[in-house]
Amino acid sequence: MTTLTLDRRAFLKTSTAGGAGLLIGFHLCGYAYTDPAAEQEKKTPNPFDAWVHISPENRVTLILAKSEMGQGVMTALPMILAEELSVDWKKVTVEQAPTNPAIYSHGTGGSGSVAGSWLPLRQAGAAAREMLIAAAAKRWNVNPNTCTAKDGGVLHGARKNFLTYGELAEDAAKLPIPDFQTVPLKNSSTFTIVGHDTLRVDAAEKATGRAKFGIDTRVPGMVYAVVARCPVFGGKVKSFDATKAKAVAGVQEVFTIDPVGPGAFSAGGVVVVAENSWAAMEGRRALEITWDEGPHAEESSEWLRNQFVENTSKPGKVVRSEGDADGALAKAAEKIEAVYEFPFAAHATMEPMNCTVQILPDRAEAWVPTQAPQWAQDIIAQVTKLPHEKVFVHTTLMGGGFGRRYQGDFAMEAAQVAAKLNGKPVMVLWSREDDMQHDFYRPASYHRLWGALDAQGNLAVWKHFQSSTSIQAMWNPKGEAEAEKGEFGTAVFIPYQTPNFRAEYALGKCGVPRAWWRSVEHSSSGFVVETFVDELAHAAKEDPLAFRLKLIGGDRKIPDFNNPKEGKPLDTARLKGVLKLAAEKAGWGKPLPKGIARGIAGYYSFESYTACVAEVSVKDRAIKIHRLVYAVDCGRPVNPDGVRAQVESAAVYGLSAAMHDAITIKGGRVEQSNFNDYEVPRIAEAPRTEVHVMLSKEEPTGIGEPGLPVVMPAICNAVFALTGKRIRRFPIRAEDLA
Amino acid sequence: MSVTFTLNGESRTVDVDPQMPLLWVLRDTLNLTGTKYGCGMALCGACTVHIDGEATRSCITPVSAVAGKRVTTIEGLSADGSHPVQKAWMEEDVPQCGYCQSGQIMSAAALLAKKPKPTDAEIDDFMSGNICRCGTYQRIRKAIHRAAGLAAGKSA
Repeated sequence: MTTLTLDRRAFLKTSTAGGAGLLIGFHLCGYAYTDPAAEQEKKTPNPFDAWVHISPENRVTLILAKSEMGQGVMTALPMILAEELSVDWKKVTVEQAPTNPAIYSHGTGGSGSVAGSWLPLRQAGAAAREMLIAAAAKRWNVNPNTCTAKDGGVLHGARKNFLTYGELAEDAAKLPIPDFQTVPLKNSSTFTIVGHDTLRVDAAEKATGRAKFGIDTRVPGMVYAVVARCPVFGGKVKSFDATKAKAVAGVQEVFTIDPVGPGAFSAGGVVVVAENSWAAMEGRRALEITWDEGPHAEESSEWLRNQFVENTSKPGKVVRSEGDADGALAKAAEKIEAVYEFPFAAHATMEPMNCTVQILPDRAEAWVPTQAPQWAQDIIAQVTKLPHEKVFVHTTLMGGGFGRRYQGDFAMEAAQVAAKLNGKPVMVLWSREDDMQHDFYRPASYHRLWGALDAQGNLAVWKHFQSSTSIQAMWNPKGEAEAEKGEFGTAVFIPYQTPNFRAEYALGKCGVPRAWWRSVEHSSSGFVVETFVDELAHAAKEDPLAFRLKLIGGDRKIPDFNNPKEGKPLDTARLKGVLKLAAEKAGWGKPLPKGIARGIAGYYSFESYTACVAEVSVKDRAIKIHRLVYAVDCGRPVNPDGVRAQVESAAVYGLSAAMHDAITIKGGRVEQSNFNDYEVPRIAEAPRTEVHVMLSKEEPTGIGEPGLPVVMPAICNAVFALTGKRIRRFPIRAEDLA
Repeated sequence: MSVTFTLNGESRTVDVDPQMPLLWVLRDTLNLTGTKYGCGMALCGACTVHIDGEATRSCITPVSAVAGKRVTTIEGLSADGSHPVQKAWMEEDVPQCGYCQSGQIMSAAALLAKKPKPTDAEIDDFMSGNICRCGTYQRIRKAIHRAAGLAAGKSA
């Protein structure tokens, strides 16, 4: 996974330059994802963001603009190409494409890499295969239909002739590229790579310490820097004394950088540059800084909660209304009501934020562990005033992303620092404390739910009023006017049929930065929907699974209310499919040992369907999770074991938010700082997790995130089944289990 | 001040502040970046190395404390990734992002050196100092059992 510097023209057509072999440029589809960075990317005309190259030396290379953060794209994507090309996927080398917005876009997020790359990669592989076959047929003067692609070469049956792709690459490059829309794709029944468990391409380098993450960037002459940021969001430096800091051995320079608003949202602060990371940190410790704490210094989690309570006790903005929810509630014999509360959550990627930048008079080089290299390039170009094509961003491996690394703040700081160092390369390194206290958090949210059943036990009304700190209020150019967008997810097109549905929203205002955290709004929406339906099942005195299946009803497709044009509709048959499969595999309804109970949840997100059955016990006011049984339908699984790994991972990440994680605010600042006060699951807590992957033939859809939204409700529904206690706020506290 | 210790079998002398944690000496002074920074407070285990065979958090170990000792990092665990723990990690497809895995592997290798056939409970206990945010714990457990089998097969 090295970075390749490529000439633009070389990519704009099939290269016929001597010795270059066959090169086909194509375009991976972006995920229909409504974050501003993605919107920004859409604006640029992007003919290509991926290339397949076959060299005369018979090397097959897939060059693409996707970032690897553990989700396995560097394994799954070449598998798709190799399948159509009929080549051993291990012989396909993946290279990280260089950033060049003039010709294409980057961006990895929204669980969209395999979904968006599936068809283009197949088409590219098929196009290359057809060209190589045509070249071989011409060489042998035979009908191309009598030739087949096999084991990285072309075979002519009658004469048993065989030429490797490398031997054919030059000739193939002279042929026209077949139309991607009509190029014949393999019959999926003949797949030998796609759909088969495949070991990761990067396991060896990650098991030997050879894998290079952003933080491992080493450039000759580089220095290291840390930034002292105002602990209060929105605050800035009033004055500082660097005398003691400069006395620390190894400290070279101390200066300030300014906060930057929309586009980066970086905090600014006092920078300490040193010859190594530790000296920089020690130097920072010795700084004396007086802060101007700004307008948010009085904010607290309690203050924010009061806003939520007040907001949801008066009319909100109507997000969706079908029928007459309030009228139906007024008439209902029995109303079921619940309030669910979620704190801010930090990403806490294992590799803290970092970025290395070198700014020379005519060019800049940057080594960035980023999900959005193009954004980093924009930022560095903005700071340096260099044209984009003179800013070279090397996308490194990432020690976790989970949405945090879609941000540009860490690149902005590094560019600001590098700009003051006269060409010296510098890594701006974040300590764990920096990372924890200057994240872009999963929004805090507060949800009031009302429901009622009719005489037949059907859902008469569902009303959901959410107040949250909203991602869009911070990122959307329309700001607070569209604060509700992206806060409900599937909660505004629930699969449970009701004649009266209403969703309302009100913004909770605060200075805490918010953004995309693994599964984004679905982490709370999934819990709200799948817990409230469980509460209704209990009120109806029905089995939670049977009740869900009854309310879902027949097979139908429910349009994506949030994205009716581009979003795939929710297919109730597939949702019921995963619910039933998880239930069957978990032995739903069968007796369990005393003291253990089951809970279930099923949900649609990122165009995939997931269901989870949790088996839990409660002892000494603590929950023990004995087993999680998942069923997932993410379309055709390219690498089923990769799918399982992602779901296992999302389960632990979700568990983290249920059992431990909470970022709380006091005095406008984050109270937590490291893994001692922001605890995350450790090995003893990791439950036995079984993942059953549907062998679907639908197009692949997302899997990095969809495993998350169902784990919390499945666990808490099991706790209720066992104890009669409803968990309605996070993280789970001992007193909520008493 | 200079400190001399054995690093991955070779004698090394570094001229640094004796209080500088071994982690940063390895990473920034010696450019051995396989050992990772995660928390700086011995809370996450990403920086785990072996000092005289004991799994140790290098982020809170001053370099002066390793004078005259044997330090092994992930780069020195084996020359070619052939240590049973590394092989098992690859065969069970443990890593996702991979950032914590150097530390996980160094902890697991130290565990197996002490307890060649650990139980799940012993694994959970010994490995509790190593955080993985990708949640690869289930595979870590399996891989340690597999490594125990590989090591037993080798010595048999």
